[in-house]
Amino acid sequence: MMKDSHSVMSYSYLNSPAIDQVGVEERVSRLTKRSIKKESKLAALKLAMSMLDLTTLEARDTPGKVRQLCIKAMHPHESVIGIPAVAAVCVYPNLVRVAKETLQGSGVKVAAVATAFPSGMSNRKVKLEETRWAVNEGADEIDMVISRGRFLAGEYDFVFDEIAAVKDACGTAHLKVILETGELSTLDNVRKASDLAMQAGADFIKTSTGKIQPAATLPVTLVMLEAIRDYYYATGKMVGMKPAGGISTSKLALQYLVMIRETVGQAWLHPDWFRFGASALANDLLMQIVKEQTGVYQSIDYFSKD
Amino acid sequence: MKSKKKSTVQLTFNDGWSYDPAPESKDHIRLKEQYELFIDGKFVRPESGKYFDTVNPATEKKLASIAEAGDKDVDLAVRAARKSYTGAWGKMPAKERGKYIYRIARILQERARELAVIESMDGGKPIRESRDIDVPLAAAHFFYYAGWADKLPYAVPGQLPTSIGVAGQIIPWNFPLLMAAWKIAPALAAGNTVVLKPAETTSLTALKLAEIIQEADLPPGTVNIITGAGATGAGIVQHAGIDKIAFTGSTEVGKLIQKGLAGTGKRYTLELGGKAANIIFEDAAIDQAVEGIVNGIFFNQGHVCCAGSRLFVQESVMKTVVRKLKDRMETLIVGDPLDKNTDIGAINSRMQLNKIKQYLKIGVNEGGTMYQSACAVPTKGFWCRPTLFTDVSQSSRIVQEEIFGPVLTIQSFRTIEEVIEKANNIPYGLSGGVWTDKGSKIFKVTNQLRAGVIWANTYNKFDPTSPFGGYKESGVGREGGLHGLMPYLQHA
Repeated sequence: MMKDSHSVMSYSYLNSPAIDQVGVEERVSRLTKRSIKKESKLAALKLAMSMLDLTTLEARDTPGKVRQLCIKAMHPHESVIGIPAVAAVCVYPNLVRVAKETLQGSGVKVAAVATAFPSGMSNRKVKLEETRWAVNEGADEIDMVISRGRFLAGEYDFVFDEIAAVKDACGTAHLKVILETGELSTLDNVRKASDLAMQAGADFIKTSTGKIQPAATLPVTLVMLEAIRDYYYATGKMVGMKPAGGISTSKLALQYLVMIRETVGQAWLHPDWFRFGASALANDLLMQIVKEQTGVYQSIDYFSKD
Repeated sequence: MKSKKKSTVQLTFNDGWSYDPAPESKDHIRLKEQYELFIDGKFVRPESGKYFDTVNPATEKKLASIAEAGDKDVDLAVRAARKSYTGAWGKMPAKERGKYIYRIARILQERARELAVIESMDGGKPIRESRDIDVPLAAAHFFYYAGWADKLPYAVPGQLPTSIGVAGQIIPWNFPLLMAAWKIAPALAAGNTVVLKPAETTSLTALKLAEIIQEADLPPGTVNIITGAGATGAGIVQHAGIDKIAFTGSTEVGKLIQKGLAGTGKRYTLELGGKAANIIFEDAAIDQAVEGIVNGIFFNQGHVCCAGSRLFVQESVMKTVVRKLKDRMETLIVGDPLDKNTDIGAINSRMQLNKIKQYLKIGVNEGGTMYQSACAVPTKGFWCRPTLFTDVSQSSRIVQEEIFGPVLTIQSFRTIEEVIEKANNIPYGLSGGVWTDKGSKIFKVTNQLRAGVIWANTYNKFDPTSPFGGYKESGVGREGGLHGLMPYLQHA
């Protein structure tokens, strides 16, 4: 057999492959030309619904607001049969307990942002403390942010160690690592940060906080999925993917599903391995599902806001 | 133990959520039952009295009857072209000429959808390509050369260029409308008149172009489009009233044409076969390079003279590239050319399919390891799954000879010197590709490749402003860009 350093190497962010931005954009453009019709469209809309991390991350969030969101998460649109619940509700740590109580027994997970979200500008002790607190409050999943300043300064070991420490603090909770790709400047950096996060123990890698523009984009997601694929090739371990922010239409959501299908394959077309971080997307998906089933669009007034 | 563990690390693509058919509508397509020859501005029955069928290679159903031009018909077409050359077209001021060519370009754009669907029905190429590449590029060629019509003195500064006369143009079946545009646009811009023959399996879009030329109201005889097979082409080549031959097709026929033209004083350009080296260095952006390999060999079912059919991969990344390529091949959809999701359409004809199958046998018999994607193909029609061969060497016939199908051979290399030697060690020299993250390496390698067109970190990109043509047995002369005007001009 041929010997091949790239696949038998211990997977390392120190030799992340080059990324060609022009090539990435070209591939994205071809993927977005897939035409999704009829049954395949309806199936995809429902699948996307089940992959939602319904999110509210505002300083004005209250227990009441979060309770409403949780009910919507469990029962998105009861007047139509066969619409799945979403995957998780994503909140700040101080609202985890409310969310957990409301979602009790529903199977919908609670995700909490932590580690001085969204900036990450704090010390490790505080970040680990916050992580443990959120887990104790009942969070099933922790969405952490990486220290982008340290990453851009080339202090990769620092970022690596921080992720590994947060992973440790998570215990049994799943760790999503937010790269905040809108601050990483190049796709080469996105790739390196993805490799680094996966190696440090991320269960999911996530594009954005939603607080920085640009948030999730198709090219960035493609680069991250290719990193996930290479990690899987090299280690056999599956890592999940979560684009977050800026995905508000069904059309765009379906383009993401096409991208998963043709990049990492069917195994990732499942809420365990792919999530959309979004809030406005939910109602657009519902409108499209109802349209596919009845043949007509209904007014936005037929769909609950929260 | 190790290999057992590895087999479980496998991506699956097709056994779950997939895409429903998304066929492009063909309700708006108007095809006649029978097509005549376009001579002297009119559609006329052939003096030969003969017709042949054109079929849809995806269904094997007949689309229309096409007139077969005999020697008398060729003569009528050449005479009509001469009449316009010495008359209306030849005497027309250059800027007026340009207006007619712009008009053709605009009508092509207006009727783009219809042309794309017919191109896919008659030739088997996926609608995604005919819609996004063939038809827009054909229009772009007319737009580009229209601009040159009244600026010819600037094309050859200090000299006064003039046209040549009547151009006989013979085009292949892989890009029927686009090749017609490559041929007709520069000829007209330079002030020549034209007798064009499309390939016998793909006459329809050329005949639609004839309708467009009629609609654009070009002086009768300026462009004549006559249909038929090899004998009709030979008739054009041999006709004494032809001043220049432009041929795109096989090297075999190209050599016959060259022999036939020897001593006649007729000018010629030949764009012939190819067997391009596509070279992947270990420092390349590998995922994007894999996409480039796919675009290089599976574009248009591999019916591309500049296809990247010989893949060279640096040994250190060989296994990675092959694995990724195989996974990517599993996501390629083979089937109905009119489906918007189809990546690889129908092989153009039964004859070509047989030729490809013959080469697959040769490859296996020579000891090559063949891999084809697992996708289903329709029962009717002519199909070939995307195919790659590993364990092949420089001496293998499938490495040396042009297959003109979706068949890729893969060889490894260690050093730059080695890959350049291998890449050039072939009778062809049309095109090539180089994939590396190092700019300096791009220049080092491309300067030593003996090929007319070389892409770096991309493949199969075309633009009317860029010249295209071959070294060695890939042909003589250039088409496209300023260079593409020269074969249609004479100057002091």
